Amino acid sequence: MSKKIILMQGNEACVEGALAAGMRFFAGYPITPSTEIAEISAEKLPKLGGKFIQMEDEIASMGAIIGASLTGFKSMTATSGPGFSLKQENIGFACLAEIPCVVVNVQRGGPSTGLPTLPAQGDVMQTRWGTHGDHPIIVISPSSVREVYDMTIRAFNLSEKYRVPCILLMDEVVAHMREKVELPEQSSIDIINRKYLNPSMSVYKPYMDYDGDGIPPMMNFGDGLPYHVTGLIHDISGFPSTNADVSKDLLNRLMSKIYNNLDDILEYENIYTEDAETVIVSFGSTARSVHRAVYLLRQEGFKVGMLRLKTIWPFAHKAIKKLKQTPVRNLLVAEMNFGQLLETVKASAEGAFRTYGLNKYNGELITPQEVINKVREVAKHA
Amino acid sequence: MRKELQKYFRNDKLPHIWCPGCGHGIITGAVVRAIDNLKLNQSKVCIVSGIGCSSRAPGYMNFNTLHTTHGRALAFATGIKMANPDLKILVLTGDGDCSAIGGNHFIHAARRNIDITTIVFNNSIYGMTGGQYSPMTPKAAFATTAPYGNIDRNFDLCKLAQSAGATYVARGTVFHVPQLIKLIEKALKHKGFSLLDVVDICPTYFGRRNKMSSPIAMMNKIREMSVTVRSASKMSEEELSGKIVIGEFHEERVPEYTEEYAKVIEKAQGGN
Ligand SMILES: Cc1ncc(C[n+]2csc(CCOP(=O)(O)OP(=O)(O)O)c2C)c(N)n1
Ligand code: SF4
Repeated sequence: MSKKIILMQGNEACVEGALAAGMRFFAGYPITPSTEIAEISAEKLPKLGGKFIQMEDEIASMGAIIGASLTGFKSMTATSGPGFSLKQENIGFACLAEIPCVVVNVQRGGPSTGLPTLPAQGDVMQTRWGTHGDHPIIVISPSSVREVYDMTIRAFNLSEKYRVPCILLMDEVVAHMREKVELPEQSSIDIINRKYLNPSMSVYKPYMDYDGDGIPPMMNFGDGLPYHVTGLIHDISGFPSTNADVSKDLLNRLMSKIYNNLDDILEYENIYTEDAETVIVSFGSTARSVHRAVYLLRQEGFKVGMLRLKTIWPFAHKAIKKLKQTPVRNLLVAEMNFGQLLETVKASAEGAFRTYGLNKYNGELITPQEVINKVREVAKHA
Repeated sequence: MRKELQKYFRNDKLPHIWCPGCGHGIITGAVVRAIDNLKLNQSKVCIVSGIGCSSRAPGYMNFNTLHTTHGRALAFATGIKMANPDLKILVLTGDGDCSAIGGNHFIHAARRNIDITTIVFNNSIYGMTGGQYSPMTPKAAFATTAPYGNIDRNFDLCKLAQSAGATYVARGTVFHVPQLIKLIEKALKHKGFSLLDVVDICPTYFGRRNKMSSPIAMMNKIREMSVTVRSASKMSEEELSGKIVIGEFHEERVPEYTEEYAKVIEKAQGGN
């Protein structure tokens, strides 16, 4: 059978990926540059018997997807800067109560209303630490339309598997650009569903680590056994507790269910890093310019490579560590912000490399030429 | 407590956190009695709350219970009801939870006429945080953040709900318990967004600050000040000042939100 090749926008690919992953509930509030995700969901979900609702704000949208997820629906919301800020408290609720859900953040220029129609990557730290308190979270970031599709599926899979909110961190360019894509057959897509407990049990302890993997199996509201869910620190039965050991054990488990599975969660791409002297670290749409620059620089004989992070959080320290076994001397972190990822890369490098930032925060993309110029400058320092 | 009501409580989670004389337990008891009278299927009942002393009630109740974030119970509840319309949804909320931080969600849940029964534990104060004024604190009353008397005007939650689109609106009190149970039953039976404003007491903070430290004095005040909707209709504005009007204010049949969405699905799938 011949596969269909279609011209598709990033935001559209996001909805297609979500539907392929099994999304059947979407709650949102319009905001540029994410709005198409809500619009397309409103059209497509009811066709599949799914549900769409436009809520009164982003706080409500986040609450609604958590509620829907508790009834067993794979749920998603999509927003941008100001809306992402509003969602933070309820994102923390989902982290602590371990409710699977996907939050798409299409980054635009900030702070505040900022540059609504222009790209930025200024929410890197907010995706990690936007909600209060120590918490686990997974953040992944696509660079192309096809990757938006694949990564939306992966966002659902990770979220369902680890019972953690997963943030799909896009930017205006990836969301709005159109590319030709060939979508895979539904039957060839790997889908992960949350673990369920046999509802014939007589007592259900919603936070009991039955399988010893740190991920308690779920049960839907309405399936039979009543249980309690709270945003307070809770014991394995789900009820509030202020016992010091209970708090410690819960937070330890929440962290370790993610940090014990880094091999599964971390994804990154190395291009020409084996013999490179300078490696450019980037993600999202910036990585496209970097890729082009690396190609051109290589033609000139520059020993340059790139590390593209697909998983942003948890940070791929192992990718930086591996570079320590190569001739790499310089790390250049290119991002559309003041250097949010740079600080983490520096910490990870532990002085093994000279680290530089290539930063732009004026609503314009970093161009291949800018990357080339910076690499030349860095090479002179060396 | 009657023996047949035991199954609705998580007895191992008791005693509760509420102060002696707090009215929250009375409302919780009335909710459970109404559910029992209607013989609702316990495993299909879902009780959602926000944050506050009152929002702790669901933790003691043996149903699907969700204790969310401050003011947001209706947003979570909307997601649950949309996803699974077979569930019977109650939202238990405090006056601050519902009308201050949660005011926007309250208005919009009412406007959509989504089938959720909202019961407000209205003690006219922020209990959990120690007695600050809420949007329901009467003018001139004292609160820790209104040490010179409150200058804010307060809401009439029933009027607010009705004008926002709620299709069943009533007020009860913790003094008139048999009536309260009947009103909860009516609200639960109603298809659409129902609001029950329950005049409640917080002896610890509202009482103490306003020279009514005994729960009995506060109960007596409710008894003295309450008038029925019917008698109120014959009273002048002046006579009604300071009175608590109790009973049913509004009931109408309007298409319910999740039923309307079912039609959207039909349309989308039928292609016409
Ligand atoms: C976002 C947020 N802001 C503030 C608080 C602090 N807080 C907890 S309960 C509460 C007020 C509760 O009052 P009410 O809803 O009237 O319930 P009551 O305690 O009187 O039953 C406040 C302000 C919070 N938990 N979350
Ligand atoms: S502080 Fe007030 S509302 Fe809270 S439990 Fe005590 S009496 Fe009840």
